[in-house]
Amino acid sequence: MPPVAAVAPVLVLEHATKSFGPVRALEDGSIELYPGEVHALVGENGAGKSTLVKILAGVYQLTSGRLLVDGAAVALGNPAAARQAGIAVIYQEPTLFPDLTVAENVFMGRHPLRSGRRVDIRAMREQVARVFEGLGVRLEPARLARGLSVADQQIVEIAKALSLEARVIVMDEPTAALSAYEVDRLFRVVERLRASGAAVLFISHRLEEVFAICQRVTVMRDGRQVLARLLEGLGPDDLVKAMVGRDIVLRGEETRRAGGDVVLSVERLAREGVFADISLQVRAGEIVALAGLVGAGRSEVARAVFGIDRYDAGSVVLHGRPLPKGSPTAAMGAGVGLVPEDRRQLGLVMPFSIEGNVALASLARLRRRGLVRRRAERAFAADWAVRLQMKFGRLSDPVATLSGGNQQKVVLAKWLSRRPALLIVDEPTRGIDVRTKAEVHRLLIELASEGVAVLMISSELPEVMHLADRVLVMREGRMVAEMDRREVSEETIVAAATGQLQRLGA
Amino acid sequence: MAGDAPRTAVAADADATETAALEAPDPGPGPTWRGSRRYLRWESGLALALVGTVLLGVGLSGQFLTSTNILNLGLSNGEVAIMTLPMMMVVIAGEIDLSIQSTLALSSSVVGYLWLHHWSMPLIIVTVLVLGALLGLINGLLVTRLGLPSLAVTIGTLTLYAGVAEIVLGATIVSNFPAAYTSIGVNAVPGTGLSYSAVIFVVLAVVTGVVMHATAFGRSVFAIGANADAALYTGIRVKRVKTTLFVVSGLVGAMAGVLFTFRLSTAEYGNGNGLVLSVVAIVLLGGVNIFGGRGTVAGVFLAVLVFSILQNALLLTNFPQSASGIVTGGLLLVAILVPNAGDLLRRGRRLVRRMPGGWS
Repeated sequence: MPPVAAVAPVLVLEHATKSFGPVRALEDGSIELYPGEVHALVGENGAGKSTLVKILAGVYQLTSGRLLVDGAAVALGNPAAARQAGIAVIYQEPTLFPDLTVAENVFMGRHPLRSGRRVDIRAMREQVARVFEGLGVRLEPARLARGLSVADQQIVEIAKALSLEARVIVMDEPTAALSAYEVDRLFRVVERLRASGAAVLFISHRLEEVFAICQRVTVMRDGRQVLARLLEGLGPDDLVKAMVGRDIVLRGEETRRAGGDVVLSVERLAREGVFADISLQVRAGEIVALAGLVGAGRSEVARAVFGIDRYDAGSVVLHGRPLPKGSPTAAMGAGVGLVPEDRRQLGLVMPFSIEGNVALASLARLRRRGLVRRRAERAFAADWAVRLQMKFGRLSDPVATLSGGNQQKVVLAKWLSRRPALLIVDEPTRGIDVRTKAEVHRLLIELASEGVAVLMISSELPEVMHLADRVLVMREGRMVAEMDRREVSEETIVAAATGQLQRLGA
Repeated sequence: MAGDAPRTAVAADADATETAALEAPDPGPGPTWRGSRRYLRWESGLALALVGTVLLGVGLSGQFLTSTNILNLGLSNGEVAIMTLPMMMVVIAGEIDLSIQSTLALSSSVVGYLWLHHWSMPLIIVTVLVLGALLGLINGLLVTRLGLPSLAVTIGTLTLYAGVAEIVLGATIVSNFPAAYTSIGVNAVPGTGLSYSAVIFVVLAVVTGVVMHATAFGRSVFAIGANADAALYTGIRVKRVKTTLFVVSGLVGAMAGVLFTFRLSTAEYGNGNGLVLSVVAIVLLGGVNIFGGRGTVAGVFLAVLVFSILQNALLLTNFPQSASGIVTGGLLLVAILVPNAGDLLRRGRRLVRRMPGGWS
């Protein structure tokens, strides 16, 4: 662990509160950021992390409490004021101008000028190139921002922060959408920022990342700071305990009977330019993980199996019967369920109520003489809400009012209530908090032990290691490895996913 | 899919309390398929407007509440009222069918043409209804199979079907229909005091209400309009449902064409020109969200009444007929401004507040 500077904090937030009408989003937000340190901010969803970040970004104004920069109290009335105070926020998904070059994006609004108020393009590109060099990344300043990966866009934002001479850099879950390789590169950049004396606030749900790059940690729970200290001497379990306020068991039971009849059998499935020669089997009672980098074609395979997308060659067989192409309705009829990756766009109808969403895939069962029975619908939804321990006001509330984890439970309820023979889950715990994540894991294990075949796409290796009976690895649209639970390790998965492993016998 | 992931996670991380408190204002007027406070507000507003227009009518003219006038009221807007129902369904699904007006015109022309060629009237009616369904099917297939925007498609078929109507009948005006049928267009349904088209509207409104608010099909229509991708991922046959709606729209458009022909005792290719704007205006006034996903049959029903009574009241007071467009246009603006007024005000205030702060 790098040495920690013993100096005064550059930014201090003291007993900050933030209310929205009667709702208190932040009860007691406190944090101290030191130069030359990477500071982790962790907490469950709803703990107040986002509110705190928005206060630092100048988006929200404090209801009470105070904010000191270099020991002097400041009021950040808007994002421009925050920028002026030397605070830069790198969001998970930056919004660049796609039709401008990387350099122009970095200098947006304050381009260097030469005579006649013309933009000095060369000076601009040289400066940006120097910044990139300092960060140790290769990125062409003259290329258009369009088509940059999320990881590269974040680098551009960081360059922008540096050119603004920001001393506090806030990163709000920067790694959520990055592949393992991109995370590594981001960490090297963060390390350079730290070494150059910047104070970095790093927010992540992934505790292994926190321990990899941070020196200090603040844990929040229910809008309050509950732990703030150097990371040294702490372990993941300590943080989890502080986050949830009690001990929780992160690992499920290890013993599970796997290997019933083959439920899903995919033979040489191919879709032009997306994936090719994909064969896999999932048996009843088995959890099969589909691992690989973001963009390896895993979600696309899931979509083809479920019938959202058509495929050009191969076959999908369920319980020995071929499934017609391109028909989710037929797939559902045959007992397939798909919990998509993007729950807001694909999993839920946001304006609908909780019960409306839960029942949406089961309306045929809730009908009598063609009419949907509201009472049956509510009872149906209430049953699943209790089983999955959802937290909500009323079942008739719009699903949009729920937290991310509870929204995911609604999507799960929608599919579990159909009693699927095969459940495909795509990134089932992305962006949800530790406690709900553990519940979802337990649920998937329960399902498998009840004989459901589960095909899980996940980019989180601990999740894969924890749940999967078998691991299939995809790379660039092809299946590159199949591993048994006994032979699987994080290293072999990463090696296969990044192409550093010889093709194993499948 | 990977590209969508970050947005998901951003949203997921938003604090639960915060999400509830800061939920973005609804994008448009009108309710979802369930009762909500907004639902009550919009429809109570319409009910008040209805009372207001009735009082206005009574105040302006002593003839307003006479049975002749009530019959007239149902007659003059019967076809428009009928067409609001399929239009509402199509709009809730996130599409629009502007060609319904030309379906009316073409149906009317075909009624005239076949009558000139000595077909029997029942057969003519059946033929025209089938034709209407086919015209709707063409719209539906263009939209769902070719993936074209319905606004563009139905502007195209609006002109196309009108052109065909003109070819079918040319300058001919057919008006020698048997009295047994034309009386449908001008007399009341025995024992009700309402015109046939008004009664048909009420019956269709009840049917539409049940279909939209109490069946799985109706639920699918709302889901498609609110989020077509999520609907597809839930196994809803998005293309089939949309195509069905366009077919229904064509069918009802043809029905309106037949009624229109009987009411005026006249078949000509220009019948119904301009009606579609009133139809859309009423649907929006009824609280249906132009972007889909929200609306109720009750709202549209009330809007039909408000619209018809207002027009009728103005007619009784010798309000210049040529200026009736002002009513349609004014109502449309009211329908869009009122539900968004709070939001607009907030935005305006925020803008003012930011200015001295120097937003860069």
